[in-house]
Amino acid sequence: MGNCIARLTERKNLWPWLLLAPLAIYMAVFFLVPLIDVAIMSVTEPRPTLANYQRVLTGSLYLRVFLNTFITAATVTFACLLVGYPLAYLMANSKPRTATLILLLVTMSFWTSFLVRTYAWMVLLGNNGPIVWLLQTLGVQQPPQLLFTRFSSTLAMVHILAPYMVMNIYSVMRKIDPVLIRSAESLGAKGLALFRHVYLPLTAPGIANGSVLVFVICLGFYVTPVLLGSPREQMVAGLIGNQIDEFLAFGMGSAMAMVLLVVTLAILTIYHRRFGLDKLWG
Amino acid sequence: MSHLKLSGISKSYGQFNALEAVDLDIAKGEFVTFLGPSGSGKTTTLMIIAGFESATSGQVEIENKSLFGLAPYQRNIGIVFQNYGLFPHKTAAQNVYFPLQMRGVKKAEGLRKAEEMLELVGLKGFGHRHPKELSGGQQQRVALARALVFEPSLLLLDEPLGALDKNLREQMQIEIKRIQRALGVTTIFVTHDQSEAMSMSDRIVVFEKGRIQQVATPLELYHRPQTRFVASFIGESNLIDVKITDAAKREARNDAIGAIQYAPSNRPPTGSEATLMIRPENIKLSRNPVEGRHNVRMKVETIINYGDNALVVGKVGEQMMRVRVLGADVVIIKEGEECCISWLHDSVYLIAK
Ligand SMILES: Nc1ncnc2c1ncn2[C@@H]1O[C@H](COP(=O)(O)OP(=O)(O)O)[C@@H](O)[C@H]1O
Ligand SMILES: [Mg+2]
Repeated sequence: MGNCIARLTERKNLWPWLLLAPLAIYMAVFFLVPLIDVAIMSVTEPRPTLANYQRVLTGSLYLRVFLNTFITAATVTFACLLVGYPLAYLMANSKPRTATLILLLVTMSFWTSFLVRTYAWMVLLGNNGPIVWLLQTLGVQQPPQLLFTRFSSTLAMVHILAPYMVMNIYSVMRKIDPVLIRSAESLGAKGLALFRHVYLPLTAPGIANGSVLVFVICLGFYVTPVLLGSPREQMVAGLIGNQIDEFLAFGMGSAMAMVLLVVTLAILTIYHRRFGLDKLWG
Repeated sequence: MSHLKLSGISKSYGQFNALEAVDLDIAKGEFVTFLGPSGSGKTTTLMIIAGFESATSGQVEIENKSLFGLAPYQRNIGIVFQNYGLFPHKTAAQNVYFPLQMRGVKKAEGLRKAEEMLELVGLKGFGHRHPKELSGGQQQRVALARALVFEPSLLLLDEPLGALDKNLREQMQIEIKRIQRALGVTTIFVTHDQSEAMSMSDRIVVFEKGRIQQVATPLELYHRPQTRFVASFIGESNLIDVKITDAAKREARNDAIGAIQYAPSNRPPTGSEATLMIRPENIKLSRNPVEGRHNVRMKVETIINYGDNALVVGKVGEQMMRVRVLGADVVIIKEGEECCISWLHDSVYLIAK
């Protein structure tokens, strides 16, 4: 460590590190220390054993929640892709003014707290909300239950996370050299074939980036599924919350959090090996 | 019988005319170069032929059939762009197979053809590499193979050698000519480098400010430029502004040099303004006047020695003159001295204003 600092000073490269120091200290105090605390609790609460992990990894309730979390995350990711890809395409291929307008609309939801957006969905999808009213007006006798279902939580999560997908894909689309498209056309490609053989593969890095980002955020999503989702189809974060504020089972909650963390890190590691994590952040 | 025919092609962007009334006939199998400074309309012409831009007026025909209304993918024209445009996610062989794939050729047969084409451009055994694993020159060859493999009716090359260093450029010039001859494909090659144009072309089309200045073989262009621009753009030249004093006797007059006779020409009448061109290598440098030649005295200002030859720059009165001499000859004079320069009447070429 001392050696390292000496070498850094020698190269006069110390400044950037000094500038990073406040952030590093902040992260250490408010993120790393609590995280270590959680890790310790997972093997000491209520007694120092690995029993918590054994229960988390074998109990059918917990496995079902984990499975449900993965399915939801995959569904949300896929839906974000379906919505985000055409939007990104539109943005990357329209006139500057139109592109700016779409960009504004997409990023606008970034500016609104996702808590606010979650409540907005509660109002929209509620039993007295405009959508149910519309269905009734259109003559649907018994409008389906929209709120507190897998549908409502998925819909809201897609709404909240789609901008991440759009921005990732958009940034890759923007960088595509137009000469590649012209080449493809001059070589006889058009329409769907051009899309399938040239455009889609060229945008694949954006799809991968966006998908991993959305998927990983989704795995740990708490507020939206808890407020909008079906209580019978919980996600891991919600379950952890339950353990802690309903059952005061700090050990179990911590063990689940650790499993979630390991799974997330595993996904990121595999992704990094394959594509390079740096690309995820643009 | 022309293969490609451009008639009256104009293109304007708003008020700006990028191309004005371009007419051109290209024969089957011909290698034609578009030469001109940057911004003179070469790429625009190419893009109109390829169908990426539409002309404001005029038409493009191949084998007497108008290309009007045909999209780029329907035109069967091979293009190599300056930065190659290779698909980064495909290997060299897959890149070359691509146009065949788009034409419904089966994979096994297509890949075999692609390999054959790669062999022709000198890349046997490189088929499995991705573009980023190839050098600039190799990428260039892949792009060439890809543009040729589907037997296009026309090959367009837009400054394809611009990004290569000098040695590689010369090597690729020879390669491109060899491949073009082997396949006999009608080719338009764009460059702003006059020596490249001179060494490669059957004919050169000189562009300036959206107009064709002259269409001619390299030698004709060098020896009989039709405009002052062509004379100054192709090779080195001494351009002398004169007034014709006697058209019958082929006599003209320049304020600094005095009376000059020029080679047979049927152009401007007595009294008109014109430009005379004398190539630096047609001027001889000596201490004393040489009999049988037109002699004038020049004050030497700069001598640039290239080893096997030297460029001597000096002034005859106010007129700047450049003389190209063989290495040994330059020994006879020094900078600042006066000497004699001389030429034959036949090497004075008249360009009408
Ligand atoms: N899309 C465009 N909009 C406006 N002007 C253009 C456009 N494309 C080309 N031009 C202009 O047309 C002229 C010819 O361009 P170009 O054909 O690319 O020249 P070259 O290839 O000879 O260098 C240039 O002055 C250029 O600025
Ligand atoms: Mg150009």
